[in-house]
Amino acid sequence: MTDLILVLVVLTNLKLLGSSRLGASIRVVAAQGVMLGLLPVLAHVHELSLHFAALAVGTVALKGVVFPWLLFRALREAEVTREVEPYVAYITSILIGLAALAASFWLGGRLPVSTVEPSSLLVPSALFSILAGLFLIVARKRAVNQVLGFLVLENGIYTFGVGIVAETPFLVELGVLLDAFVAVFVMGIAVYHINREFDHIEVDRLDRLKG
Amino acid sequence: MNALSFIPLLLALILSPLLFGVINRTKALFAGRRGQPLLQTYYDLWKLLRKGAVYSRTTTWIFRAGPMVGLAAAWVAATLVPLGNFPALIAFPADFLLFAGLLGLMRFFTVVAALDTGSSFEGMGASREVFFSALTEPALFVVLATLARQTGQLSLSTMFEPVSGADWLHGGPVLALVIIALMIVLLAENARIPVDDPNTHLELTMIHEVMVLDHSGPDFAFILYAAALKLWMLGALVLSMVLPSSGGNPWLSLALVSGGMFGLAVVIGVIESVMARLRLLVVPQLLIGAGAVATVALILTLR
Amino acid sequence: MALLLLGAMAVLLLGRPDRNVSWLGAGSVVIASVLGCVPVIHVLSGGSVEAVRVPWSVPFGEFFLELDPLTAWFLFPTLLVSALSAIYGVGYLRSWQGRRSLGPVWFFYCLLVLGMMLVLLARNAVLFLIAWELMALASFFLVTFEHERESVREAGWIYFVATHLGTAFLLVFFLLTARETGSMDFTVWAEKGIQTRGLADILFLLAIVGFGTKAGFMPFHVWLPEAHPAAPSHVSALMSGVMIKTGIYGLLRALTFLGAPAGAGATAGRPPLWWGWALIGIGLTSGVLGVLFALAQHDLKRLLAYHSVENIGIITLGLGTGLLGMSTGSSMLIVLGFGGGLLHVVNHALFKGLLFLGAGAVLHGTGTLEIDHLGGLLKRMPWTAATFLIGAVAISGLPPLNGFVSEFLIFLGAFKGGVSTGGAIAVPLLALIAGLALIGGLAAACFTKAFGIVFLGEPRSEHVSHAHEADWTMRLPMLILAAGCVLIGLFAPVVVGSLQAVLENLTHLQPAAVSENLAAVASPLAWVVIGTVAFLLLLLALILLRRGLLAGRRVETNVTWGCGYAQPTARMQYTASSFAQPLMDLFRPLLGTKKKISPPRGFFPEEAALKTVTPDISHEEVYRPVFGRINEWLSQLRWVQHGKVQLYVLYIAVTLIVLLIWELR
Repeated sequence: MTDLILVLVVLTNLKLLGSSRLGASIRVVAAQGVMLGLLPVLAHVHELSLHFAALAVGTVALKGVVFPWLLFRALREAEVTREVEPYVAYITSILIGLAALAASFWLGGRLPVSTVEPSSLLVPSALFSILAGLFLIVARKRAVNQVLGFLVLENGIYTFGVGIVAETPFLVELGVLLDAFVAVFVMGIAVYHINREFDHIEVDRLDRLKG
Repeated sequence: MNALSFIPLLLALILSPLLFGVINRTKALFAGRRGQPLLQTYYDLWKLLRKGAVYSRTTTWIFRAGPMVGLAAAWVAATLVPLGNFPALIAFPADFLLFAGLLGLMRFFTVVAALDTGSSFEGMGASREVFFSALTEPALFVVLATLARQTGQLSLSTMFEPVSGADWLHGGPVLALVIIALMIVLLAENARIPVDDPNTHLELTMIHEVMVLDHSGPDFAFILYAAALKLWMLGALVLSMVLPSSGGNPWLSLALVSGGMFGLAVVIGVIESVMARLRLLVVPQLLIGAGAVATVALILTLR
Repeated sequence: MALLLLGAMAVLLLGRPDRNVSWLGAGSVVIASVLGCVPVIHVLSGGSVEAVRVPWSVPFGEFFLELDPLTAWFLFPTLLVSALSAIYGVGYLRSWQGRRSLGPVWFFYCLLVLGMMLVLLARNAVLFLIAWELMALASFFLVTFEHERESVREAGWIYFVATHLGTAFLLVFFLLTARETGSMDFTVWAEKGIQTRGLADILFLLAIVGFGTKAGFMPFHVWLPEAHPAAPSHVSALMSGVMIKTGIYGLLRALTFLGAPAGAGATAGRPPLWWGWALIGIGLTSGVLGVLFALAQHDLKRLLAYHSVENIGIITLGLGTGLLGMSTGSSMLIVLGFGGGLLHVVNHALFKGLLFLGAGAVLHGTGTLEIDHLGGLLKRMPWTAATFLIGAVAISGLPPLNGFVSEFLIFLGAFKGGVSTGGAIAVPLLALIAGLALIGGLAAACFTKAFGIVFLGEPRSEHVSHAHEADWTMRLPMLILAAGCVLIGLFAPVVVGSLQAVLENLTHLQPAAVSENLAAVASPLAWVVIGTVAFLLLLLALILLRRGLLAGRRVETNVTWGCGYAQPTARMQYTASSFAQPLMDLFRPLLGTKKKISPPRGFFPEEAALKTVTPDISHEEVYRPVFGRINEWLSQLRWVQHGKVQLYVLYIAVTLIVLLIWELR
């Protein structure tokens, strides 16, 4: 079951790389968040406790509902077009994604992670999420997309966390979530302000600020 | 080789035109119409076989040879395809290469025959056909490689054996990915929605239909029949992976496979009813997506 | 035996009578080939290895020829294609008769054949290099046959420079090997082998660059699409079909030096894994980029030349698979990989020769090779069209022809290896499967375009209206080559069985291991042949059925359905450019196709134009800047050259004195 979720995470990442619509991308990231929220529960079915359940509910609510809502709001308020506007073409992105996937499997196999893992897929897919997130940040023009990329990256770190600190995930979790929340918050505001001031939110024009 | 091994071939030869009927019925149901008779394709074939033919002055023997080569290739390919619990009539290591080769031959001659008319519309269809097939080919082979790795087998009949519950537990994600990729290949190769719309009436948007615009009479009957066979064959491959094992009871298997095939046709009908055709520019993304899905499956088998 | 004939052939041509020179030249090549085939077949069928040693006055040189199975395997297509191209040349060159002295053409043609044979037979490094140069120079003069054309001269120079760059690497390769083993003798090299790992790696890279330049590996292929179209068609057939294979032969021969000494222990002399990876990587790049560039071309012969790059890529994929097998000691991979590669060498010689001859017939008949100007040729040149179709189906790797058989071997090897072994072997093999599938799909796209646009539809320009079928000297070779393609397809198990001797010779495997693995391929191939025969029978049945059905019915002819458009013209047909456009757009990042559009404007547009050019990426991005830099740098030395003879004499004297001092120090 965890395998299936991790494969779905991998697929959603690929979908993000090939997706041309911002709205669709936000929805995909939301779906990914929901799946990741379920992941620790499913990974530790036998020792299910209130603590795990709370964590799952929190994650799902945050990643699956709050963030997408914020992003959609930002999207609506900024009234930007719905296209992603890539630097790197979608098909090239997918191919790069596949290469990154292969690389993460290779790296994942070599990484000396000796903790108890729910699945051998965990480390590779976590690495892949991180790489895909980075790629999205680098290769897309829209600020909204960069928030998405950051979220995907954070999802990757989270996935990593599920495997490595299976015993005490709560502390790590809280920190990571807070981190991401702040990031989204800040960037949301930034997006809003940039929109107000300059009528567009393309990051590559930020460089004009330096005067 | 006993009588049972002829079953997949016979079913394919006899029942394949029925698939179109089932698909069309499903679509009609969705649209709230009564739809054409289930046996419509048979009537069409019969009608076409009894007609004369019209040829363009531009065309040569290539144009006449195209449909015949296509049908002969489809017939031979049909001997290689298993169906559920029934292994194919002929099975040998790497028979899928011959299968893919024969489909390629069929496509080559359809395309060349289309170019023979000198019509710009048919040229357009031919161009799109080779474009899309060049992208589905790697996806198909990656699927085959994945299955070969997963099962350790090298023949269609053993690679596409029905999977048991244990297989799903063991390699569920891989199988699911492979089925998705194979399904996209099936839709693309058979010119179904979301790649091509078989019911479109505008030549500019057609792919497969526009290539065969100029064929008539028995030639067109051959093409229609070969197309039905191709749909049946790729469908049989998808089906063989989805079907549960019947435990060696031939009658049960027979019921399963025939039910399954028409179930698949209903699925295709549903897909065609609820989806719109993709823009031509987006189709490559879908096909490369299929390749990507298959590659993910392949990487999963590698770990 | 073969030797005698070679000499005779060259001598015959030195005296050049003007009128019958064609017949004389072609006749001597044909006779030499037929006689040469006898020992070749003898050796291939398991006969003893023949050798000739003659002491020679050149330092370190020895006139040492040997005909072992590996040589014989390459020699066979060489002789066949040489002879057939020679016959073809008689008809092809007739239109130049009177305008141009044909003596030199035939002289260099014979020299080229001689050079190739010597390269294959030579067992001494000095002799090999001399033969290699002979081959390069002879083909250079043949390429520049139409030297009054600017483009041909430029092509000739590019070829000249590229091939000598390759030779430079070979020179280093041979010198290093000779220093290591202390001999110039190939048999000694093969026995001793290179024991030092690092040196072997360097030598492997040198061999790849040196031989790869001749074979046309992707970054080094720049000369290929320039030189092949420029040469007369029968020479293009020879160069593309056979001459580039000497590069593959050289690489294989080099591998026998670098690998384990014959009969060494189990793991002692195995090549490292990355050699196989490297070859598969090169094969994939050459294959995919080759076919993509081919797809982008508008010139028929240029298109075919890029396809040679692609097919060399496929051959290299086979060799890479074989090398992986050597590294892991898997006799199955060795046999299937090398076997598939070697078989593809012969197959490619057949169908590429055929296609170039067909292109030549088109050029001969219409005067142009611009695909977008042709069309409807099938009606005017039925024989050329039919044989070209066979070649097109074969090169696309489709059953029931020969291209399918060799790709079947490579695919089978990759699947078996990819299924059974661990990551380090499986990954390149699985990449090979995906890549080869892509290549196959694109090749089919490319050849439906080449055949469909050139031979089918309505004529697109005036060129076609005066087209005429080639005469029998040109038709016969095409027919024989086409028959070869069909026969190898139909007798695939037998042909694969004949690889036995070569593979034993090349890989030092036990004969039993080879025959066992070959037998394991032969049975699926037998099924393939059964399927093929069934296909042909069914096709026949369908033909009869259709004839029966249509008998006595109304069969009309009319214009092509134009979708209601009233006045279609031939200019409205799909062209080669439009046919390939979707694929070109998809792969634009790789190809760098440049489009120049002046779209129609206004209600009564006067003129509109679309021009697409796909420059060669390696030529534009690597060679041009590098050579530009070198040129700049060297031009600073130009002050040395000022035209005063006295000073030149001074240079010579100074050089001599410096050398003397150097020697005496």
